[in-house]
This record gives sequence, structure tokens and C-alpha cells, in this order.
Amino acid sequence: MQIPYIVEERPDTGLNNSKLGIWVFLASEIMLFGGLFSAYVFLRMAAPVGDFAYWGSKLSIPMATFNTIVLISSSVTVIMSWASLKMKDFEKYKMYMGLTLLCAFLFLVVKYFEYTGKFHHGIYPSSSTFMGIYFTLTGLHMLHIIGGMIVMGYFWLPFGNKMWQSDPERFTNRIEVAGLYWHFVDLVWIFLFPILYLL
Amino acid sequence: MSNDSHHEENFLQKYIFSVDHKVIGLQYGITSLLFLFFGFCLMMVMRWQLAYPETSVPIVGWLLGESDILMPEIYNMLGAMHGTIMIFLGVVPLAVGAFGNYIVPLQIGAPDMAFPKLNAASYWSYFIGGVIMLASFFMPEGAARSGWTSYPPLSIFETGQTTWLIGMVFLITSSLLGSMNIIVTIVQLRAPGLSWFRLPFFVWAQFVTAFLLVLAFPPLEAAAVLQLMDRVAHTSFFLPSGLVYSGATVDVYGSGSPLLWQHLFWFLAHPEVYVLILPAMGIVGDVIANNTRKPLWGYKSLVYASVFLGFMSFIVWAHHMFLTGMGQAMSAFFQTTTMIISIPSVVILTAFFISLWGASIRFTTPMLFALAFLPMFGIGGLTGLPLGVGASDIHLHDTYYVIGHFHYVVAPGTIFALFAGIYYWFPKITGRKMSEALGKLHFWPSLIFMNGVFMPMFIQGLAGVSRRLYDGGQLYAHAQDVLQWNEFMSISAFCLAAAQIPFIINVFVSMFNGEKVDRNPWGATTVEWSAPSPPVPHANFEGDVEVYRGPYEYSVPGADKDFSPQTEK
Amino acid sequence: MSDHDNGHIQEHIKVYLTVFGALGALTLLTVAASYMDVSTTEAIFLALTIATVKASLVAGYFMHLITEKHTIIWILCLTFVFFLFCMFIPMITTIDHASLS
Repeated sequence: MQIPYIVEERPDTGLNNSKLGIWVFLASEIMLFGGLFSAYVFLRMAAPVGDFAYWGSKLSIPMATFNTIVLISSSVTVIMSWASLKMKDFEKYKMYMGLTLLCAFLFLVVKYFEYTGKFHHGIYPSSSTFMGIYFTLTGLHMLHIIGGMIVMGYFWLPFGNKMWQSDPERFTNRIEVAGLYWHFVDLVWIFLFPILYLL
Repeated sequence: MSNDSHHEENFLQKYIFSVDHKVIGLQYGITSLLFLFFGFCLMMVMRWQLAYPETSVPIVGWLLGESDILMPEIYNMLGAMHGTIMIFLGVVPLAVGAFGNYIVPLQIGAPDMAFPKLNAASYWSYFIGGVIMLASFFMPEGAARSGWTSYPPLSIFETGQTTWLIGMVFLITSSLLGSMNIIVTIVQLRAPGLSWFRLPFFVWAQFVTAFLLVLAFPPLEAAAVLQLMDRVAHTSFFLPSGLVYSGATVDVYGSGSPLLWQHLFWFLAHPEVYVLILPAMGIVGDVIANNTRKPLWGYKSLVYASVFLGFMSFIVWAHHMFLTGMGQAMSAFFQTTTMIISIPSVVILTAFFISLWGASIRFTTPMLFALAFLPMFGIGGLTGLPLGVGASDIHLHDTYYVIGHFHYVVAPGTIFALFAGIYYWFPKITGRKMSEALGKLHFWPSLIFMNGVFMPMFIQGLAGVSRRLYDGGQLYAHAQDVLQWNEFMSISAFCLAAAQIPFIINVFVSMFNGEKVDRNPWGATTVEWSAPSPPVPHANFEGDVEVYRGPYEYSVPGADKDFSPQTEK
Repeated sequence: MSDHDNGHIQEHIKVYLTVFGALGALTLLTVAASYMDVSTTEAIFLALTIATVKASLVAGYFMHLITEKHTIIWILCLTFVFFLFCMFIPMITTIDHASLS
């Protein structure tokens, strides 16, 4: 027996299963990063005055600004890839999804240079509480980026073509759900950027 | 996704890597019962040490290293792992993983969970977490020994903690996947006609529980990551400046706070208490309605109370932290919320008691366990009140009183309810009833010895005996008058273990030789009883399910029998 | 969102591009603001306000929250309330500690 509401929407909730599923998952992600943000605030209050600002000034604002723009762009391309599927334009979907993956990759490259730059200057997570929370927060965020890349890469590779041909509507939903996750990763970065780099 | 069940499945697909919620539920059930037994064994070794300090431990002594006496390091390991295993590997997986998985889709008339593959992933993540926890006993640095609460700074310096944290990450992931699945299943896959207020109370309890898990577990995952960083990358999130350990100042940056861990830990761990108790209440509700042959009293207030309970459980956590130098304003706040949260628990318990009024009760084995749950949970709940008030908590904090309190909630409370659930749904799972005689032989000694184990803990705790003493308090003057209880409690614990033998025999004997039953042996109303026993693989029901009435329509005036199933017009 | 025709989608795309522009501008604004000579409290307030506006734009338009179904909105509101608890109660408790010492 088939599980109902995989693709079509349940009349009384107006949702399909995966849409609700991803939002519940994102709710738990909000609490995960929420816990870490709470830790950040708590530690900032516990630290000597000016300690966080001092160590924060060692981070590179230009690199982070560039990365912010990259991540925002990837958010736009991922939603464009979904819109292309809605318009039944698979080629355009491929292009936009490719761009998204490229942006994600670019983000990781910049992050790599940021990390190694810190290590070259002898700065490690143990150097200060700020650096500890910086590496923890950005590291966890990076894991989320990599996770998103794996999922979107899977849909971008030839597996995607097959899914599109066998069940286009379901494939479109999958891209929408992956996109929602990707926007959330972007959203986390939007908060990480000021609290780590600017304050 | 669940394919139509026509194609042949081999053994591995059918029983090991199955995506059928019933198989996964059973996998969860069997694994968690084994862990419960293992956690119980750890406790018995500790109880031997408490009753007969520094004497050879019988039977398992050869496992404890060179001498067969339980050493303090290992005592601490057993203590930490007893708590971890019982909660995260035993009771929660049994209540949520096993019962939630097996029963919820059946009770809402769904063919499976919403995401069958995710469901399997949840089980296997749990399994890996369990293997890591077990493996930690055999690693050179041993298992964790900083208590199940893993308070820093101790947990940062003690060995074995890293393995514990990695294991916890898997267990948390498993819980998150499982509870997401339960939420989506309940919202999306209810059969036509099964509106929210026609859901059995058990489904409501699982629904609230799933929300607690989804929203409370991630902060602990965050805290676990931070503690992992402290241990592996030598950060100092939980270590204050100038901390001295073993006579030397610790060489870290400092400026962290051990209280941060306590906040993030209890943000999970208090809702976790309700994760333990709500599914149990759900089971008890169903069993009581079925065996009193009348509707559950105050069904709607039960639902509202459990939703309110779930919500409030997020803002009471710091009553575990009254002794951390909290200011009076916040102490007053947490005392107030703690007193408020006792109200919905009392509403639920009261509604169950009133349900018994005027009923012609069938004293079946599941009903006996459900009935025992009521006073036992009552004792557990009422003894919690003094702990929720700052002034009395100062005296009782970290004594055996606390141990007695939460064990009354979880052991004769939740675990009795889970036993009730096993006896109640066994016919649905296997098509055979469990033996009533053996069931009663299981119930009565269990009830007596449970109280034998935990009641004296209140006496010791009120005398001020600390919960973490390796020798049970022999060196303390204030403990001398209550020390004799240690032997009594330990012997009760060993007898309690013996009382589980009829249960084990009952499961195996009834599986193959129990009385064969049709699909509704208890004359129950909820949807799962309209499925065949056992339910159809990958489909549960033979045809489409439609629901026409509320969950507990027993003894409806004018009906031709004393129960009116939800699926019958 | 399955009943949208192409015209609808075209309109959506215009919105997405506008939001993209706004997000870029706000990013530059927040960087510029961080160089302003203001007190720490004001800087925190400013940076978090801009971040919240940006986040609302992403959640509202890219994630379609402004037209999302009630079930999801309710779940998110609940999550947000618990997030506030998790964020502020430890903070207030710490402040309460400090006032004693």
C-alpha cells in the first residue's frame, strides 16, 4: 500500500509530507544553532570586557563580506533552479543548480584560506574563548554547507535526470525541500557574520 | 518508500534492513529491552558494593579487573553508564522508538510511517550509538565516569568522556529523526474521519513527546559539541580562569563557565523527564479505558493537560540548579513554574483515578501494571515537590532522596506502564496472548520489590546521605543510623531481578505456545485492533480505513456490545 | 505551490531578484555600520537589527513563509518561543547571579 501525500497535498493541512518534514527538521536546526548562539552570549558575558571584541578584530571582514555575498547569491540561484523546474525548463535548472554548487564550493575555498591563515598565525580554537566559539560555529556551519552540497550534488548529477523523467512533480518538490534547507544555512550565516566578525 | 508487498523479500530485507515500521518498532523494542536489562545489571553490581562494601562480587566479579572487588573508578563508570543506558538507550527508545513506531501508525490507520527510510536510519543511528556506548567499557580509558549529567569541569578531565559524547551525538540524531517522523506521520497520515479529538490519548502523548524531543535535544547536541571541543581541541567553554586541578593550575585560556553546560544540559534533560513519562501515561490511558469498559474520564482535559505539560517543561529546568548560587528572583521564577507544572500532571493522574470510579474492572495483567502505575507515579510526583522548592532543595539536593524520587517516576512508573503496553499489545504483534498466570507472577513480586528498592532511599536521603558515595556513607556520622537499609535495598534489587524471570519465560513461551487470538482479543475500540494480528507487512490493514467515532466509546447506551470500535459506523 | 502557472513564476522571479538586491545592499550597510564610532550596545543593536531584517527577507520570500500554511507557521512560532527561552533565561539567570555578588 502506498503512503499517502508523498507528492499531493493533504487537503486539511495543505502540505505534503516532505514539506512538513523539512520544516520540523529546520525547527530542530533552529534550536541547535539557538543553543550555540545562547552559548555565545553566555560566554561573551562571562569573558573579561573587550575580550571578544579584541579577538574578533583578528578576523578578516573583507573575506567574510565576500562569503556573505557568495552565500546570498547561492540562495538566489537555488530558488531560480526550483523556479526553472516549475516552468519545466530542465536545462536552466541544471545551470542554476550548477551555479549554486559553484557558490558553495567558493564559500568553502574562502573558508579554507581563512582557517589556514589563522593557523599560520598560531591562532587555534584553544587560543581564546572567542576563537573557540568562532571555530565551533563556523565549523558546524561548514558541515551544513557540505551536507547541502552532497544532497544538491546528487540531484545535479545524472540521478537527477532520471528522477525528473520518471516523476517531475516529485523531483520539483525535492528541489524545493533541498532549497529550503539551503536557505536556512544562508540564514544562519546571516547571523554568524555580524556576531563573529563585526561585533 | 514502501513498495507494494507482492515482491519477495529476502531475510535481510525482511528482518534486518527493513523499512516496515513494525519491524523497526520490534528492533527498537528488542534492543532497548536488552539495554534495560544490561543497565539493571550494572546497578546490581553497584548495589552489591553498597550493601557489602569491598567484598568479592559474586558471579560477575571476574569482569572487574584483577581483584574481584568493585574499585571506585569502576563504580563511577557503572554509575554514569547506568544512568545513560537506562535513559537514552533503554526507556526512551522503548517508549518512543518501539511503541511510537509500532503503535502510532496502527492507531491512526496509516500504512506506515511518513518516511520509512528515515525510520530505519533512526534505528541504525541508535544502534551505532549503543554499540559505541558498550564499546567504551572495553576501551583502554574505560567508559565515562562523570555521572550521566557529565558536569564540567570533572567531565573535561575524566577519561572515557569523549567516547560518551560521540555516542550521544548518534543517539541524539536517532531521536531527532524518529520524532520528526512521528510528528509528520500524525499530522499527515491520519485516516479519513480521524480528527484531532478522535485520536487515542496514546497518540496525543506521542505527539507532544515528539515535539519535546525535536526542540529540546538540539541544545544538548550543541552542548555536546562544545564539550567535545573542550576535550579534544582544548578550548575552555566550560572552564573558568584560574581553575586548579590535581594541585596545578589548568593550562587553558579560561573565562568559560561550567554553568553554561548545566543550562544547556537541563534545557534538554528536564523535558526529557516528560519524554519518559508522557508515552507511559498514554499507554496507561488506553489500558485503563479498555479494562474499565467505560470512556476515559475527561479526555479533552487530558489532551490539554499533556500539551500544557509539554510546553511548561521547557521553563522549569533551573530547579536542578538551585545550589549554583542563583539569585532570589530567578529561584522564585523557577519555583513558581515548577509548582505550576505539577498541576497538569495532577490533572492527568486525577482523570485516570476518576476513570476507575464505578467501573467493573477487569484485572488483566496489563491492567494490573497500569493500576500500579497510578500510585507509584503519584509517589514519584509528590516527592518531587520538596525538590522544586529552593529552601527544601538545599537539604535534599544530591542525596538519595533525589534518586528515590526520580526512580519512582521512571521505574515503577514508566517501566510498569511499558510492561502494561507489552502485555496489552503482545496479541496484536504476535497473534497470541501472553500467559495471565505468569504475568501475575511477574507483577506482584515486581511491585513489592520495586518499593523495597526505592522506598528506603527516601529515608536515607532525608538523613542526608549523598547519592554518589562509593561506600554508601560508611564514613559519615550522619549516615550511621540509616546504613542498615543498604542491605535491604540491595537484596530487594536482586529479588526484583529474579521477578523478571517469569516475564522473560512468558515472552518466549507465549510467542510460540500462547493462546491464539483473533484481531481484537481485549474488545478494544481503537483503530489498531481492526487490523489483522499481526498486521499486514507494509500495509497494516487489509483495506482502506475510515473512522466514524471517538477513541473510547465503551458501553455506549443502546449499542449491541460493550465497545464500539472507531472503524465501525 | 503546485498550481502556479508560468506568469506567476515570472512574477516570483522578479521578487527574488529584488530581495537579492536588498540583501546585498544590507550586507554592505552592516559592514559600513560596523566602522561607525558608536558604543558597543548601539553597535550590537544595529548589527542585530540589520541581520534580523535580512533573515526575515530570506525566510519570508525565499522560503515562502509569508504565504506558508498555518501548521508550519505554528510550529515555527513554538520553536521561536523556545529559542527565546533557551537564549534569555540563562542570560537573565547569570545577571541575577552577578547582582548578588
